[in-house]
Amino acid sequence: MSDLNEVQPVQPVSRWSDAFKKMATSQVLTSILAIVVALVLGAILIAAADGDVQRSWGYLFSRPGDFFSALGGSVGSAYSALFQGAVFNISSSYTVGQFFAPLTKTIAYSVPLIFAGLALGMGFRAGLFNIGAQGQIILGATLCGYLGFTLNLPAGIHLVICLLGAFIGGALWGFIPGILKAKTGANEVIVTIMLNSIAIFLLGWLLTLQAFRSPGSNMPVSPRMAPTAQFPHFFGTTIDLGFVLAILAAILVWWIMERSTLGFRIRAVGENPDAARTAGMNVSMSYVWVMIIAGGLAGLAATSQLLSSPAQQLNIDIASTFGFDAITVALLGRSKPLGTVLAGLLFGGLRAGGYLMQSSTGTPIDIILVLQSVIVLLIAAPPLVRAIFRLPDPERERKAEARAHARAAKKEVAAS
Amino acid sequence: MKLELRQVTKKFGDFLANDAIDLVVEPGQIHALLGENGAGKSTLMNVLYGLYGADGGEILLDGTPVRFSGPGDAMAAGIGMVHQHFMLVPVFTVAENVVLGHEPTGPFGMIKVDEARKIVKEISDKFGFDVDPDALVGDLPVGVQQRVEIIKALSRSAEILILDEPTAVLTPQETDELMDIMRQLKLSGTSIVFITHKLREVQEVADTIIVIRHGKVVGNALPTASQSELASLMVGRNVDLGVKDRADIDGEVVLEVVNLDLADEEGRILLENLCFTVSSGEILAIAGVQGNGQTELAEVLIGLRKPTAGSIVLHRHDEEGNRRSDDLAGKSVKKFLAAGIGFVPEDRGKDGIVHSFSIAENLVLDQISSPPFSSAGALNIRAIASNASDRVEEFDVRAGSSNAAVGTLSGGNQQKVVVARELSRDLSVLVASQPTRGVDIGSIEFIHSRIIQQRNKGTAVVIVSTELNEVTSLADRIAVMYDGHFVGIVPPDTERHVLGLMMAGVGYEDALAQAGHSPNPSEKAQGGDDV
Repeated sequence: MSDLNEVQPVQPVSRWSDAFKKMATSQVLTSILAIVVALVLGAILIAAADGDVQRSWGYLFSRPGDFFSALGGSVGSAYSALFQGAVFNISSSYTVGQFFAPLTKTIAYSVPLIFAGLALGMGFRAGLFNIGAQGQIILGATLCGYLGFTLNLPAGIHLVICLLGAFIGGALWGFIPGILKAKTGANEVIVTIMLNSIAIFLLGWLLTLQAFRSPGSNMPVSPRMAPTAQFPHFFGTTIDLGFVLAILAAILVWWIMERSTLGFRIRAVGENPDAARTAGMNVSMSYVWVMIIAGGLAGLAATSQLLSSPAQQLNIDIASTFGFDAITVALLGRSKPLGTVLAGLLFGGLRAGGYLMQSSTGTPIDIILVLQSVIVLLIAAPPLVRAIFRLPDPERERKAEARAHARAAKKEVAAS
Repeated sequence: MKLELRQVTKKFGDFLANDAIDLVVEPGQIHALLGENGAGKSTLMNVLYGLYGADGGEILLDGTPVRFSGPGDAMAAGIGMVHQHFMLVPVFTVAENVVLGHEPTGPFGMIKVDEARKIVKEISDKFGFDVDPDALVGDLPVGVQQRVEIIKALSRSAEILILDEPTAVLTPQETDELMDIMRQLKLSGTSIVFITHKLREVQEVADTIIVIRHGKVVGNALPTASQSELASLMVGRNVDLGVKDRADIDGEVVLEVVNLDLADEEGRILLENLCFTVSSGEILAIAGVQGNGQTELAEVLIGLRKPTAGSIVLHRHDEEGNRRSDDLAGKSVKKFLAAGIGFVPEDRGKDGIVHSFSIAENLVLDQISSPPFSSAGALNIRAIASNASDRVEEFDVRAGSSNAAVGTLSGGNQQKVVVARELSRDLSVLVASQPTRGVDIGSIEFIHSRIIQQRNKGTAVVIVSTELNEVTSLADRIAVMYDGHFVGIVPPDTERHVLGLMMAGVGYEDALAQAGHSPNPSEKAQGGDDV
């Protein structure tokens, strides 16, 4: 065995990226069960924070019925509000449009999460833990926004130019950690964290300049985007071209990863950089390309904020927390395009429903954050999920299966 | 303390790493465990140390059966192990490292540094180790770090010390110092199990020698046994897969390596002034004990490492039939592959395959950018699939489907995938490093016959192998490597124990003399500088 130990990896794989890779490629079942556990934990918190539940707890043993009805009532109303705010509204619907209004809101929230989630998922599959989506969105927004309020172009062309600007801005911010990793081996986690900070301060500074400031305003807010640079809407709903683009982006990412030589290289590099190098692939350049494409996709996440109507303004909060939420989305979506779209919709729905839940039942919207955090936590610890649901270890099963297979093959040989 | 292993058996999947091994370690003696790489020495010691659970047999200490479920148990029972790769924290001092895991603590969990220092000082003085307890381990030379490991074991009152290939990382002087230490420990009553494949060291310090081959104890010897006796015991004479029908070597020179040097980043010399040629239709086998530069040579020959000096010239015929020569030294792996060099890496799991990829994907790993497998950046799924079904059939890869992940296959079938990939295009040179390591007998024969077939098609083949059987059955010429240079290039019918001696660094003529032959001028070795 000693001779095997002698083989040193050419490039040390950091423990972080190893852990993140495991999270990013976890089982579908783990993801679903993680959501279930999160909802249960959320229910406990909702109940604990509810006044009726607290009161009935005091006389639990004399009248347990009160306690359980209060419990059911608080959790039921909070989750039903969450659902009605996210999917469709049963109570106050008079038209189809009103019925599906919550769903359109969910979709609107999910678009940036899908774009940025796709970006991060691509990086995870290349073995890169790019957590710079936030910075990449900000840079995309900066360039997209500038082009949107300064240029004076015909409607279609202006929109395309703005989309390109968003892509290029994000791609530039992705290229920096990519090239640093390729040329100097700099850890992309640290570089992207730093670039997130640089991006936010860069935008803050730009917004103090005359060129970016709304004329006659002292607020650090840009002029409104030109009407020529807005997404067209569909059927009078809040669903606009942004969602269509996000779905197209997901299909494109799928095609790149599964059907192109570039994706093949990216996957090979992500799974086994040594074998990729031995097979003549340029591992460093693969990192650079992944970061450029991922950065560009993250940059596009800004468009749903900026190019929607009514006319938006570039401001310091333009990226909200989409870049960070997208990490969760990509992990939950197992870094696959379809999974990312579904996870994006789920998180968009939690966001949309959270507001209604807070206003109608008084349940704090922070519960949503708890749900999201618990989901990530559980995806990070598949053994915990397996322990909760008493599931077998798939890795162990796979090995046992391989052994059985080998034995069968051997018997076959012996028999022939 | 007397240690006995009875019928200890350890399997890895279908591979029998230790096959019913009996071993007795007498108190106050140095036992050398001698064997080739992969013979099962380290596995046996890891079983003893509780790192692996045994599949059969028992371990007795002073006649009582014991079970170790981890190194902690073994340590508590008085067994210490110094691994080939040290388990030290480089930013800690010697004293801190020695007490790590059983720190003498005072109130509020403070480590009693003085006590730790005293422990180190006592042991160091007793055996003349000359180790400063306050030195940072990271600043110490490798030989001294090893002594820290030994102190660590002794501080836990180890009565049996296992040293796993302790000299692999040492300079000759440090090796001599270690030998002295071993003798001192022996005098104080400590038993030592010394794992090695270096004959000289064994003769120098061992009281008894246990030779292991293919997971079995094949013999015991006394240190008075000659090197050639030990070498033949270690290498064995049985199992000749015997692929004869040698090609007539009158092909043109295809690969010409001139004055090749390689040093690592720290300037250590890995390869020194290698010169050789390989002709069309010839197999040159590079023999040697693991770690003498063969791995690096193979990596240089595919462009994974850039040589510090020298050239790697490939002679080919272009489309018009003109002979052209290109120096590939310093070029990228892609250029080497494009020039028609095929490569079977030594460690297939690390460098040869992507475990989670399907068989089909692994079969095109290094040709994905070229037609028919892709065009204009888009994969041609159909071509990849049809290539897969052809190769799987041609190379008898046993798998449910070519879409199965390669990681689920047995070692032999994984290796067949790698070999199939490399042999499925026009090659002028094939470099195969340990082509049959960890592969079952059936697959070994198959892979060998495919390599021979490739040679007979006119490919120049370089095989790197630490298996002497493989070397002698495949080679048209054998280059024996030791410490980064060629000891000699000898004919394939050279006797095994002569090869064994050469692998230990003994020159061809001396080896012949020691083996009881006078050098025969007609089969005189070609020197390393022969081109």
